Amino acid sequence: MSPLFLFLSFVALLSALGVILAKNPVHSVLFLILTFFTLSGHYLLLNAQFLAAVNIIVYAGAIMVLFLFVIMFLNLNEETEPHKPTLAKVAAAIAGGSLLLILVAAMRNINPAGYDPATFDSQIGMVDRLGLVLFQQYALPFELASVLLLAAMVGAVMLGKRETGERNF
Amino acid sequence: MTLPALGWQGLVVLVVFGVSLLIATYSTYAERVIAAFLQDRVGPDRAGPFGLLQPLADAVKLFTKEEFFPAGANRALFVFGPCLAMTTALMSSAVIPFGNVLQFGETVVHLQGIEINVGMLYVFGMVSLGVYGIMIGGWASNNKFSLLGAIRAASQNISYEIAMGLALIAVLMISQTLSLREITIQQASAAPFVWQDIFNWNVMKQPLGFIIFIVCAFAETNRTPFDLPECETELIGGYHTEYSSMKMGLYLFAEYINVFVASAVMSVLYFGGFNFPFQYDLRSWLVSSQGLELVTAQNIITILGLVGLFAKIFGFIFFFMWVRWTLPRFRYDQLMRLGWTILIPLAIFNIMLTGGLITFGVIK
Amino acid sequence: MTLAERAYLPAIFQGLTITMRHFFRAATKKQVTVRYPDETRPFSPVFRGLHVLKRDELGRERCTACGLCAVACPAEAITMVAGERKKGEENLYREEKYAVSYEVNMLRCIFCGLCEEACPKAAVYLQADKMAPPRFERDEFIYGKDRLVEPVSPDKRSKRGIQLTPEQAEKLRQKQLT
Repeated sequence: MSPLFLFLSFVALLSALGVILAKNPVHSVLFLILTFFTLSGHYLLLNAQFLAAVNIIVYAGAIMVLFLFVIMFLNLNEETEPHKPTLAKVAAAIAGGSLLLILVAAMRNINPAGYDPATFDSQIGMVDRLGLVLFQQYALPFELASVLLLAAMVGAVMLGKRETGERNF
Repeated sequence: MTLPALGWQGLVVLVVFGVSLLIATYSTYAERVIAAFLQDRVGPDRAGPFGLLQPLADAVKLFTKEEFFPAGANRALFVFGPCLAMTTALMSSAVIPFGNVLQFGETVVHLQGIEINVGMLYVFGMVSLGVYGIMIGGWASNNKFSLLGAIRAASQNISYEIAMGLALIAVLMISQTLSLREITIQQASAAPFVWQDIFNWNVMKQPLGFIIFIVCAFAETNRTPFDLPECETELIGGYHTEYSSMKMGLYLFAEYINVFVASAVMSVLYFGGFNFPFQYDLRSWLVSSQGLELVTAQNIITILGLVGLFAKIFGFIFFFMWVRWTLPRFRYDQLMRLGWTILIPLAIFNIMLTGGLITFGVIK
Repeated sequence: MTLAERAYLPAIFQGLTITMRHFFRAATKKQVTVRYPDETRPFSPVFRGLHVLKRDELGRERCTACGLCAVACPAEAITMVAGERKKGEENLYREEKYAVSYEVNMLRCIFCGLCEEACPKAAVYLQADKMAPPRFERDEFIYGKDRLVEPVSPDKRSKRGIQLTPEQAEKLRQKQLT
């Protein structure tokens, strides 16, 4: 384990804890962004440059901006947070604990195949290789996803379009 | 890579860092002079010859001003905002190939901070992070105008990132790589017909894409006509209403560094980067008639290419300023309408057009 | 709107050419800006500035404190106290009556020049090359005889209403001697 990996993991765990422990929702979002950064760092360590860059662009750069956007608009803070009943807290703790238990149980049975340094292809995470896999093996799901995104985009444009008769300022 | 080469590369990184800061510093001066000339005025000419020491005077002024924290501000984030804006702006210049290789004996120096094969995505990611500095600063100021500026910046950047990304995809379809260095090298042409150099630049194959990209670049860098986040008439100062002293200076600086990076990216993607017309003719002339070694001739070409790239960059920076002092600001709904209902459909059309042209072999 | 108008771009390029024309005009031709502290705009020949009480050729004050200027003044900025010339003061005052004090309130004065026209002795003038300088205090705007009367000796001369320093006065004296 390289020191870089240890450092990234440490920061990732710490900031992930920060997300749920921070009192201020804006701090939570910022911790989440930091978590995404460390995850991108992990991708880089795994030689997956494309995934690292896309993770930053899509998650840190776009989705989290929208999160922050909404939270800033609502201006959430401790005082405005509604008091939750004890029953809900207990139920949430039980549900979360069971999820953790299931995840740990599931992970126990996974047997990582490991890799053979002799045959391991270090270029597997590069853009061109990833593209070949996506467009050859997974062409249909990829295209379906892209059509879905395009439809969402066209829908957004249609919502933004001025309707006839609308006042033009 | 041997250690001395790594040392050279580190030096390149430092130089890129310094040059970015220097250009940002003098952009403030250039902005004022250009604004003055476009308006038939004189501009700053008191500090030093032609006012060239004006940025220094500005820096002294900014540093000696009072550090002000508004009441109820989130102090940590209030300081963190401008730092983040500056950091993300500076980070994006790391992957720009400022020049080809310089070779001194065994040592080969790439005039580029770092070469990664997803360079374009890296720049794109850093640009998309730039909005955090504005958002955090605007929110932490505990001021409604700042918050509105931050919200505007966020929605504007996200909206225009889509069109920008779609315009980039068309470039990718032609170049088939994400590495900025390879995109540059592809735009060179060894053809004997000299003017083919320019015809090989991506702007010749992607005129529509370039127009979309430059409009989006204006929006991403928050420059007029899209400087809604700091629109004085509506929001006082927008996200930096509450900022003073060097924290304010960092925001202004970050904007100019963003302009520099945007100009560099446009020069590299669409205007051939460090390639310039007649470069191969010049090199062969240097070798054949001047009797220089090929390595020396290539070094000369590299340095000329560096100068050429910076000429292109300064041209774009000038264009940014020229437009700023010519066009009035868009209204916010006009801005959103332009982004979503004009630029994005145009960019998708451009992708389809490019795909068709590639399929029928018109461009390659 | 036509498609060309809706595309913004032609209009934008039109605007850009206009500003570029101005850019080259500013960069090449002589600019109209007057760089003030270095160069000053010449006063108009009919400019009326700070008042002065003239002396005659023998260095005697011309003013006889008749009060016509104060009467003519539409802003009522001029006040004066008349006094009788004593024996031995003939080289100081030209007439037998003179102004013991003569004050112009520069905050009230509108620099119309009516006092100049009313004066029968050609004593008060509004100078064509001096302005009433800005001051910090209100009472500094009430100009008494010390600041209005044309000085005889270089030591009491003033420049734009501000007393000359000893060095400047010495320079002036040297100039008069040569």
